[in-house]
Amino acid sequence: MIEFKLPSLGADMEEGKLLEWKVKPGEVVKRGQVIAVVDTSKAAVDVEIWQDGTMFEQVVSIGETVPVGTVLATLLAPGETPEQAALQKREVPPARPAPKDVTAPAAAVPLATTLAQRKPVSPAARKRARELDVDVDKLPGTGPHGAVTVEDVEKAGARPVPPPADRHAEMRKAIAAAMSRSKREIPHYYLSETIPMQRAAEWLARENEKRSVTERILMGALQLKAVALALAKAPELNGFWRDGAFQPATGVHIGVAISIRQGGLIAPAIHEVDKKSLAELMRALSDLVSRARAGSLRSSEMSDPSITVTNLGEQGVEAVFGVIYPPQVALVGFGRLETRPWSENGQVLALPLVTATLSADHRASDGIRGARFLAELRERLQHPEEL
Amino acid sequence: MSRLSYREGMRQALREALAGDPRVFLMGEDVGRYGGTYAVTKGLLEEFGPERVRDTPLSELGFVGAGVGAALGGMRPIVEVMTVNFSLLALDQIVNHAALYHHMSGGQFSVPLVIRMATGAGRQVAAQHSHSFENWYASIPGIKVLAPGTVEDARDMLAPALADPDPVVIFEHVQLYNMEADVPEARNADIRSAAVRREGKMVSLITYGGSLSKTLQAAAELAQEGIDAEVVDLRVLRPLDSASILASVRKCRRAVVVDESWRTGSLAAEIVARIAEEAFYDLDAPPVRVCTEEVPIPYAKHLEEAALPQPAKIVAAVKAALGR
Repeated sequence: MIEFKLPSLGADMEEGKLLEWKVKPGEVVKRGQVIAVVDTSKAAVDVEIWQDGTMFEQVVSIGETVPVGTVLATLLAPGETPEQAALQKREVPPARPAPKDVTAPAAAVPLATTLAQRKPVSPAARKRARELDVDVDKLPGTGPHGAVTVEDVEKAGARPVPPPADRHAEMRKAIAAAMSRSKREIPHYYLSETIPMQRAAEWLARENEKRSVTERILMGALQLKAVALALAKAPELNGFWRDGAFQPATGVHIGVAISIRQGGLIAPAIHEVDKKSLAELMRALSDLVSRARAGSLRSSEMSDPSITVTNLGEQGVEAVFGVIYPPQVALVGFGRLETRPWSENGQVLALPLVTATLSADHRASDGIRGARFLAELRERLQHPEEL
Repeated sequence: MSRLSYREGMRQALREALAGDPRVFLMGEDVGRYGGTYAVTKGLLEEFGPERVRDTPLSELGFVGAGVGAALGGMRPIVEVMTVNFSLLALDQIVNHAALYHHMSGGQFSVPLVIRMATGAGRQVAAQHSHSFENWYASIPGIKVLAPGTVEDARDMLAPALADPDPVVIFEHVQLYNMEADVPEARNADIRSAAVRREGKMVSLITYGGSLSKTLQAAAELAQEGIDAEVVDLRVLRPLDSASILASVRKCRRAVVVDESWRTGSLAAEIVARIAEEAFYDLDAPPVRVCTEEVPIPYAKHLEEAALPQPAKIVAAVKAALGR
């Protein structure tokens, strides 16, 4: 019997509210399949399962809020019969610790599967939802294929959905908890480096001339890729501090800090950034931003960023020294891209420059490694064609 | 009230038609001396004589054509084609002649012809004798198509069909002839509308002919599980009573169409299309079809049963439409 437990979808998550079951008892599930939607205080997250099996019993019902680690459902392992599982259920105490790999990410999540799926809502339910002013995207569906039906809408119309102000307050609380923990536990050190961006800017301009408007690449994607490649020189920045030791990450999964329009912040991961082409990365980035703002992220994106990149350049600051998101051990910041004086070969030139910073966990790495990382980052950005 | 079988109801209607109008006569294979392949015309030869109850050779094209000619000439022929399977031989007379003369003659001629035929599977008579082609006929402008699914309709639909100035095809499902029911003495002369055979509000089950009783059985099973299904009997397959279909679907918001034709291009497909076109925003689930599996109808009993719509399949389809 497989126990499907509520995973931690970020260090700051203590509990989650089950919004929807995506599979019914008796349905076969595949590793990586989304089987439930859980509301963390930050977003409604599609939660994936990491084992093949057959849905057996749904322990937690829709609308319940339970702590991380609670068994949400039990599944039959391949070949297991319901009778065997029922027997095992009686033998095994419910508080058994979760196997370590339950929340481990898949090696690679193909881009296609991360695209947001349209929620099934029956035509009649949509019509009724408009009349009752109910937001169908927030409703659990009980119709065929989990579709929202008129009955679901009318049930929701009868009790008002919690006002958005609540979610905002919840998110604030979650950020407060994570950042306090970070500053309480993580001995940060900070480094900064000014990087000439003329080559990168010119190359990008030429490159984008060849592309249609929708396919254009933003400087942000270039910077992400450079960070991912530079991490090869400083692997101790890419991973987690857990149980008093550094654990290297299995891939470069960069958490991208995305501000939510209503306020607040979320940093879901783009997986395997070092292995993606710039075009793939750009697509992944726009997809992630739009889904983060629509509140439809997947559990692997929420739980496994191995380093975070934040870019406050658009907000007009020169440099940003970030607070590390535990249990990660580093955060890279980019400031505003701006033409400033720069001296090169005894001459003072006006060049586009950007200040890149590194906040790193001194328990996991030393300044010299951080310095090597920033030097490599600068170097990578001088050869944009290789990114 | 009187207790009648579907066969007796149909025979009573034929007898009344022969007695009431000297222009009416019967024609078909074995309708006279043998009393009809399904014993519908038993006794009518003795009662009305060989002029009015005429046995024909095994030549569907010939005797249906003769019926068209007789109708053009002022008679009111009732032609029995033994089964829909053999009517394929007479399609040219029905589709190209009977259905079109009114149009081709600029309204000068009408063809007041009634063609009766048995249809459907379930009697272990194998693939060539088990077809359901009501949908073919129901797609042809110029004819009306009726499918009595109750004893009362078997008795009552013939008279208005005869009174109609245009060709009318009546399909009698072979499984219905022995069905008995108490029917009122008063006649229902309606050949325009569908009928709600069971009222409900959670799902609209739309069907006709031989599938009606299976659908009612499924509805009864569903009721025991708290699922309140409405059953709509189409009765008239052309022109379809869209208004009644849509009214039921709008009320129940879910539709399951049960039809013994093969799924592809079936009458069920046409009904689902109309629902999608006209009641889309009233739907709470995709419409579902329960049709015959797309195989030649098997001879073996268990395979034949598996190929056809059955109450269990209807129950399963309804539950799927309800997300249960």
